[in-house]
Amino acid sequence: MAKHHISFNLNGKPVEALVEPRELLVHTIRENIQLTGTHIGCETSHCGVCTVDLNGKSVKSCTVLAVQADGGDVLTVEGLATAEGLHAVQQAFVEEHGLQCGFCTPAMLVRAYRFLQDNPDPSEDEIRWGMSGNLCRCTGYQNIIKAVQSAAKKLQQA
Amino acid sequence: MDNANDANNAPEQDDPIKGVGCARKRKEDARFIQGKGNYVDDIKMPGMLFADMVRSPYAHARIKSINKEKALALPGVHAVLTADDLKPLNLHWMPTLAGDVQAVLADEKVHFQYQEVAVVVADNRYIAADAIELVEVEYEELPVLVDAHKAMDDDAPILREDLVGKMDGAHSKRVHDNHIFNWQAGDKDATDRVFEQAEVTVKQDMYYPRVHPSPLETCGCVASFDKVNEHLTVYITSQAPHVVRTVVSMLSGIPESKVRIVSPDIGGGFGNKVGVYPGYVVSIVASIVLGVPVKWVENRMEHLSTTAFARDYHMTGEIAADSDGRIKALRVNVLADHGAFDACADPSKFPAGLMHICTGSYDVPVAHLNVDGVYTNKAPGGVAYRCSFRVTEAVYVIERTMDVLAQKLGIDKAEIRRRNFIKAEQFPYQTALGWEIDSGDYHTALEKVLEACDYEGLRREQQEKREKGELMGIGLVTFTEIVGAGPTRNCDILGVGMFDSAEIRVHPTGSVIARMGTITQGQGHQTTYAQIIASELGIPSDEISIEEGDTDTAPYGLGTYGSRSTPVGGAATAVAARKIRAKAQKIAAHLLEVSEQDLEWDVDRFKVKGVPGQEKTMKEIAWAAYNDRPEGMEPGLEAVDYYDPPNFTYPFGTYLCVVDIDKYTGVTKVRRFYALDDCGTRINPMIIEGQIHGGLNEGFAVAMGQELPFDEQGNILGNTLMDYFIPTFVETPKWETDYTVTPSPHHPIGAKGVAESPHVGSIPTFTSAIVDAFSHLGTTHLDMPHNAFRLWQHIRELGLDKRTG
Repeated sequence: MAKHHISFNLNGKPVEALVEPRELLVHTIRENIQLTGTHIGCETSHCGVCTVDLNGKSVKSCTVLAVQADGGDVLTVEGLATAEGLHAVQQAFVEEHGLQCGFCTPAMLVRAYRFLQDNPDPSEDEIRWGMSGNLCRCTGYQNIIKAVQSAAKKLQQA
Repeated sequence: MDNANDANNAPEQDDPIKGVGCARKRKEDARFIQGKGNYVDDIKMPGMLFADMVRSPYAHARIKSINKEKALALPGVHAVLTADDLKPLNLHWMPTLAGDVQAVLADEKVHFQYQEVAVVVADNRYIAADAIELVEVEYEELPVLVDAHKAMDDDAPILREDLVGKMDGAHSKRVHDNHIFNWQAGDKDATDRVFEQAEVTVKQDMYYPRVHPSPLETCGCVASFDKVNEHLTVYITSQAPHVVRTVVSMLSGIPESKVRIVSPDIGGGFGNKVGVYPGYVVSIVASIVLGVPVKWVENRMEHLSTTAFARDYHMTGEIAADSDGRIKALRVNVLADHGAFDACADPSKFPAGLMHICTGSYDVPVAHLNVDGVYTNKAPGGVAYRCSFRVTEAVYVIERTMDVLAQKLGIDKAEIRRRNFIKAEQFPYQTALGWEIDSGDYHTALEKVLEACDYEGLRREQQEKREKGELMGIGLVTFTEIVGAGPTRNCDILGVGMFDSAEIRVHPTGSVIARMGTITQGQGHQTTYAQIIASELGIPSDEISIEEGDTDTAPYGLGTYGSRSTPVGGAATAVAARKIRAKAQKIAAHLLEVSEQDLEWDVDRFKVKGVPGQEKTMKEIAWAAYNDRPEGMEPGLEAVDYYDPPNFTYPFGTYLCVVDIDKYTGVTKVRRFYALDDCGTRINPMIIEGQIHGGLNEGFAVAMGQELPFDEQGNILGNTLMDYFIPTFVETPKWETDYTVTPSPHHPIGAKGVAESPHVGSIPTFTSAIVDAFSHLGTTHLDMPHNAFRLWQHIRELGLDKRTG
């Protein structure tokens, strides 16, 4: 199968890849670029563990073709922390015990990051709806909600 | 009430060593929040190939032919293996954990839809997926058996031709070719006699649907056989890596010393990742045959269709009582649908798991349990999903039947429980079905919840709503769990006793490495085991590293399921630490030139009694252990403990749920869910609360929406996340948690295990609440799932949705 040469910004750095037209973005990120923080859970866009940020929007990278990211900006969990340290959402998940097995966590963080960009001061109900594309089997969500609320406060103070 | 910040739960900054009782932040989190977890699909090895499965579209069919040619001709395909290829190695069938055998790749016949028929090994997952479409399999369809009630009919299709005529089953005589076992507990004759003479009897049929744990990470492995050294390494999503090593060695003939199993980070288990699946076996074979590492990872549909499901119990609960509602006898009958192979992961002697805890929290004078297991054309499994070996089913049947009894007698469901509880002074209590419940205080737990939720007020509100034609239900459950399997005198898996282990080594500078035979899947073992050691040795938990899951380094253990890590592995950890402290005391006596008896332990040091300032800290003692010891003592400071528990532990709780049901749509709003748990000594209250939240949410999922139904042809319905209900943030109720503390008298630190209680306890609580909403109209029971459609149908039957005025 003929391959396409694509390039995009991943976590602020330019990357290139040679991909089949059918290759999914999640496989490019995990297999080709070898950043494995983004996971695969269902291949039907339901569980959300493959969530990344593409051009300022949360997308499920298991149902986005890699070629669709060509020329775009992609953020994964590996890009959340900076030289100054962990992002507020990362810290809040630890503080509020918002994770257990950790499998949904990277995507949950990337979604929380985008959600709080879009809605910096959300109500609990808005958090429940805004995060509902990401499933978690371990936590019962309650501590994740607390973590998002706590991160929102910190980000607003910053 | 949210107790996370109670005075009884020390925040970590208040405890310098961060020991037992401290809400210590988790040590696991740093890697997970930065995308540095190491799950099985993250593992890459040089030259690694990818395996994918050809699966049966039919539930029951004879395989007439398999043509691999087109698949093998596809560039990038390295091998296509079928049962015929595994036969020379005698690996086309494998033993299950339940004394049965299971086809690794279908041998002449398929027994359930999506059964593994052939495996393709290719350069990558895309080519493998292409190639499985090119494997041509010709089938001849056979009559299908999906209804367990018809399994032992005279004219039922016979599923297991390999067992025809073999009527000595693994657990009992078989009475039909589709019969697996009959298993009984208690005194049938005495129970029947009480029923014949009882003032009141009730009987309720109930079906506990087939559901699936569905952790977000599916199952998978990477098998790597090193031909030069004849050494096999398998990275695997396993809750029981040491048992897997033993099974792999027995199956392959490779000495156990040359098999290394590694459970890396596991993306949720919930009992789904205990067994050995065909995908693991074929990956190992493929790696041996091809001489390169082979990875196999299921997709979600394969996961839901073929790996360990849960429940599928058709139950009848009967209680004989006096007119005051005091129980005189309990009778429970079960028809268990085990699918096509009996692959239940139970302790060997208990084919219905610990179902005989079904006398619950009540003083039941006499009881009888009868269980028949049968084969159907469905995937194997049955014991999974936070169930503590069928305790989910046991608690469901007793709690539902108690409600039915209360309803029949017109006694409030809290009051009928009060009248029947085992009293605090009766412990240890011998149950009619053979258990010794070590401790409990059921009345205190119940009254605390009733008061916290203003139960009387809720009943008044319900009365007012009923007068207005609104549907409000109050669910109440007072459950007793049995966890921590278990004593090796009656618990083994494949003949290996269900002990567990810990190995602790104190370095010269006083920091610690410790390894256990269990394996965390989100429970936070790296955090909590360190807290146990910290409290025993006075070494800060931040200086204690915990490792699990690598069979080359960790001591042999049976793994993590059935809430057994704290009751068994935690006990081993405490006992091993105490062995170290005993040696440390001898060293301290030597250093201080006193006798051992003159010393007393104080947090992190030994002090000479009555002589202030004469003391040695654990750190000083650790240093001395490597250079300044009493004469004749061996150097070093380490200990191992293989802990064989004297009994199970018996966590308990009271759960209350309030629901409002819309009578025009059948949609349920869970207004309140209040969970009081007693898990004995609380090691880390933050983690306990997290485990409870998660268990409650999985209970909510089961009660309100999950099921894996089959059509008449045996097609599995609901095997994608489009159909299979996993609650999102939006549906999930708000959880309220509470606790009492009744330590286990036989556990070294009094802990009992907690993670399964909220699942076991919450499911009947939801059903209790839903049924309660209709109980004034004569409804005694409704089967799960309580989704809007099914409730709407019930509302229609009752004629409640007629608009008036």
